[in-house]
Amino acid sequence: MTDFISLFQYTFFQNALMASVLISILAAMIGTYIVSRKIVFISGGITHASFGGIGIAYFLGLNPFLGAALFAILTSTSIEWISNKGKVREDSAIAILWSLGMAVGIIFVFMTPGYTPNLISFLFGSILSVGKSDIIIMLIITLATAIFFLVWYRPIIYSAFDPEFSKINGIHVTFFRYTMAILVALAIVISIRAMGIILVLSLFTIPQSTAMLFTNSFNRIIPLSILWGLLGSLSGLFIANHFNIPSGAAIIFMLTIQFLIIKALVVAVELKKQKMR
Amino acid sequence: MNQIIARLKNVTAGYNGESVLKEIFLEIKENDFIGIIGPNGGGKTTMLKVLLGIIEPFRGNVDFPLGKINMGYLPQASQIDKNFPISVKEVVEAGLKPTHRWSHQLSKSQKESALGLIKEAGMERYYKKPIGVLSGGQLQKVLLCRAIASNPQLLVLDEPNTYVDKHFESELHQWLKKLNEKMAILLVSHDVGTIPSLVKSIACVNGTLHYHPSNQLTLELLKVYDCPIDLITHGPVPHRVLKKH
Ligand SMILES: Nc1ncnc2c1ncn2[C@@H]1O[C@H](COP(=O)(O)OP(=O)(O)OP(=O)(O)O)[C@@H](O)[C@H]1O
Ligand SMILES: [Mg+2]
Repeated sequence: MTDFISLFQYTFFQNALMASVLISILAAMIGTYIVSRKIVFISGGITHASFGGIGIAYFLGLNPFLGAALFAILTSTSIEWISNKGKVREDSAIAILWSLGMAVGIIFVFMTPGYTPNLISFLFGSILSVGKSDIIIMLIITLATAIFFLVWYRPIIYSAFDPEFSKINGIHVTFFRYTMAILVALAIVISIRAMGIILVLSLFTIPQSTAMLFTNSFNRIIPLSILWGLLGSLSGLFIANHFNIPSGAAIIFMLTIQFLIIKALVVAVELKKQKMR
Repeated sequence: MNQIIARLKNVTAGYNGESVLKEIFLEIKENDFIGIIGPNGGGKTTMLKVLLGIIEPFRGNVDFPLGKINMGYLPQASQIDKNFPISVKEVVEAGLKPTHRWSHQLSKSQKESALGLIKEAGMERYYKKPIGVLSGGQLQKVLLCRAIASNPQLLVLDEPNTYVDKHFESELHQWLKKLNEKMAILLVSHDVGTIPSLVKSIACVNGTLHYHPSNQLTLELLKVYDCPIDLITHGPVPHRVLKKH
């Protein structure tokens, strides 16, 4: 217990906590959009494509976050553009993007002379090494997204649900779809810092799956996802510290356990209700 | 007074450079009720989308002689994602026009009018429910409420009677007739059996468009109009495909 409390004295842990809270809120909003629009696979493509940007930025000696953000925004907006051009089957195109991004990233990281960054930390994240500047970027993106959702909740969901009808009704569908594409890209990239490329998408989908055991309404999935996301990432963080295991993996593990327990409870309650009848 | 409110002039349209519709003319007047029939893939939905401004035509244009009009749209059922986490209330309110261009808050009276429509449709107890729990027919009712929420001058309906049983169908027809007193209606339907009792005129769309100024149509005319319609389900081919009840 004492080591549990003393943890809070360390800046690295305070930063990690802060990052968990911010990312949970951000992923709750963006993840609900991703799950509702059924673009989880596309988001996977964006995530992995952004690694190309990380590699090139390293090679050129630039900020890797900037490289990743640029790549992610480019891919997410072009996918949005392609999907507006008609019903092209995008699956294989996204799969190509997925592995090409990884390949480009790995090639450039290895070509970078001198110091080679730790590939593992990109793949699996390192929330315990998050710094002040990362937190500030997270804060800005989370705030921007929250304001965007609060002010324009209706046009955002209407543009996602039925873009053609919304367009007729005078909503700036193109503006909202592209802005969301950019926010999705930014949210994913900034969360990669903490969760890593391979794990990051779970943070955008597991809390939503848990929330959807209780509600099927967009504006209630978000707050519930914040709750489950926070619970999962904070407990994951403590477990990671206690057992000295990688934090990203521990968080995903806790999110999943949490989902399974709650799912089991919901099923049990349903069964009991049926028996009572 | 029965003036033209919308007009398709020499419209050629399609997808990815391939035309689906060729040189279409259509005039819609203030209290028209036009039934649109035609085979699957004939371009009915495409024509509606051109009229609504969702698709830009390759050639020709859409114009509104009395100035821009307010249009309500009920899309074909297959275009709606029933699993999207959105409530009946939110769907109907999607049909309301926001009072300011960039603000999307609705006024209290707007929200009440949406609720009023849902009550009229007898769907009140589903108001807060997600659309995922609705049956096909119930969803159609909700989508119709959304389409008329802003009191459009032209109501465009793409197969509103899919999934709808006989009981609701007659309910729907009464509703549409009442609406037609206030607005023009364009209705796509495959149900050639009941269309004539409802519409005032008919357009056959099969790549081209043939307008028929009455609601009675014979098999011979359908041939002339190049508008093959599946009659097998209606038993022995009647001489008059479409007739008054
Ligand atoms: N988004 C699209 N991209 C490419 N082709 C399309 C698209 N939508 C429709 N088409 C094609 O255009 C043609 C006309 O389609 P449309 O949906 O207008 O027909 P329809 O008359 O409404 O048919 P149905 O009775 O089945 O609804 C079809 O051949 C269809 O394959
Ligand atoms: Mg159609």
